[in-house]
Amino acid sequence: MTDMQDSLRELYQEVIFDHNRNPRNYRPLPAASHHADGHNPLCGDQLTVYVQVEDGIVREASFVGHGCAISTASASLMTEAVKGKPVEEVEALFRDVHALLTEGRAATDPARDFGKLEVLAGVKDFPARVKCATLAWHTLHNALAGEHETAHTE
Amino acid sequence: MNAPHENVMDAALRDLAADFPILARPVHGRRLAYLDNGATTQKPAVVIDAEARFYRESNANIHRGVHWLSQHATELYDGARVTVQRFLNAASADEIVFTRGTTEAINLVAQSWGRPRLTAGDEILLSTMEHHSNIVPWQLLCEQTGAVLKVIPVQDNGELDMEAFTGLLGERTRLLAITHVSNALGTVNPVAEMTRRAHELGAVVLIDGAQAVAHQAVDVQAIGCDFYAFSGHKLYAPTGIGVLYGRAELLRQMPPWQGGGDMIRTVAFENTTFAPPPQRFEAGTPNIAGTIALAAAIDYVQGVGLDRIHAHEQTLLEYGTAALQAIPGVRLVGTARDKAGILSFLVEGIHPHDLGTILDAEGVAIRAGHHCAMPLMTRFGIPGTARASLGLYNERADIDALVVAIHKAQDLFGTRRAP
Repeated sequence: MTDMQDSLRELYQEVIFDHNRNPRNYRPLPAASHHADGHNPLCGDQLTVYVQVEDGIVREASFVGHGCAISTASASLMTEAVKGKPVEEVEALFRDVHALLTEGRAATDPARDFGKLEVLAGVKDFPARVKCATLAWHTLHNALAGEHETAHTE
Repeated sequence: MNAPHENVMDAALRDLAADFPILARPVHGRRLAYLDNGATTQKPAVVIDAEARFYRESNANIHRGVHWLSQHATELYDGARVTVQRFLNAASADEIVFTRGTTEAINLVAQSWGRPRLTAGDEILLSTMEHHSNIVPWQLLCEQTGAVLKVIPVQDNGELDMEAFTGLLGERTRLLAITHVSNALGTVNPVAEMTRRAHELGAVVLIDGAQAVAHQAVDVQAIGCDFYAFSGHKLYAPTGIGVLYGRAELLRQMPPWQGGGDMIRTVAFENTTFAPPPQRFEAGTPNIAGTIALAAAIDYVQGVGLDRIHAHEQTLLEYGTAALQAIPGVRLVGTARDKAGILSFLVEGIHPHDLGTILDAEGVAIRAGHHCAMPLMTRFGIPGTARASLGLYNERADIDALVVAIHKAQDLFGTRRAP
């Protein structure tokens, strides 16, 4: 098995397939306080992220759209990870996940336990696929910032 | 199973892979199956050497110096124009304008032919299967002139709807801009017939030949078109060099589109006069080495024989079509009766980008995405496809590697089914 084969198995783990086949929180959120669209024109990946924020806490998060397994699984894992967290913590997680995917380590909290999100670190060996995994996170960031411009990763 | 003549031809062409140094390098420890020729082709050693030899032995600027090297470089450059003229069977070498590629050639026609002529309500007819480079320059022109785009629809099998073409072609049609071969579907369009019908109504015809010239012999006089554009890099030549063929009568009427050196006759602050075509459209020092390497690529392709290349790729296309159709869950997009060596496909349950990554790990290079043809993807209701596109050096082993890699992707995704 070559290095590339190893990297491939590290990226395409069961967690990714599971969340691709059965994305969690895959629905529009009529009660959303924030939402934003994300688009990766290179791949055609397109999604909308919804969040319901109350008293500075993300009570609900969901998404709809279509994309590759990496982008769908990333969005699904993200909605699970951010639910119940204060907005500032979600923003810190966004920065750490972004750093994890591009540099392989957290930016704000070096000791952070990424939990299931750790699986996304596999994309760092595939530079052409990093944007697939970050699209949902950029879109969430835009939604929370109240920016209604479509997030783009390319 | 195999007809004997196919084996003979395959064997003869298989030796040609050895002419392409890059094909000998493994990728991710695997034999490289390069199936992304629609994006760009690999270069044979003779082309790489021609470019290097120019810089080692002949480099000087052209059309300027009285010194020997300059004259030598000029001879090579002008010689390349004659090579291209014969390649396209143009009536004169003056009908060959060197550009950076197909995109620049189309933009040249839009701005130099179109902008001074078109007015509000004039119609530009193109098709749903155009590459963005044969859409966006016309959209810009429409914004500048008030002209409007009309679009010939594509049928489910990837062929143009010729009845709709008949209905759309009218007195207001000033230009038909159509691709010879679809980069995303492989469809070969009946360009000679379409040109004849557009001419009957007085329209000018531009053909985007980017995906055609490397795969079949092209005769611009037989087609009868007014403009024909192609890129060197899809014809085994370097990037950054391309060609616009334009009928002499039209080129003579067209103003320059970029100003600079080499395109003038005399310059004074009161009045500047311009050189005749093709120099009028080649402002500044051109890509001399690339032009000479393009001529070397044309010599190479003609040495192999375009009829032979065409026959080989058609045989491989048939083999690949059958091989992909035999995999449960694989659907071909684009099944026109007349097709070039392009296999666009979808694998059930696997996004084209995931597929591209998994195939790459197996040494199989394909393109995944919208192929710069987003309106076409919208027409088929898909975000993109996986595309294997053939070149003269491909062989059955490349298709076999593709099939094995698709099976591996299906195993990984748990979507493999028994045939």
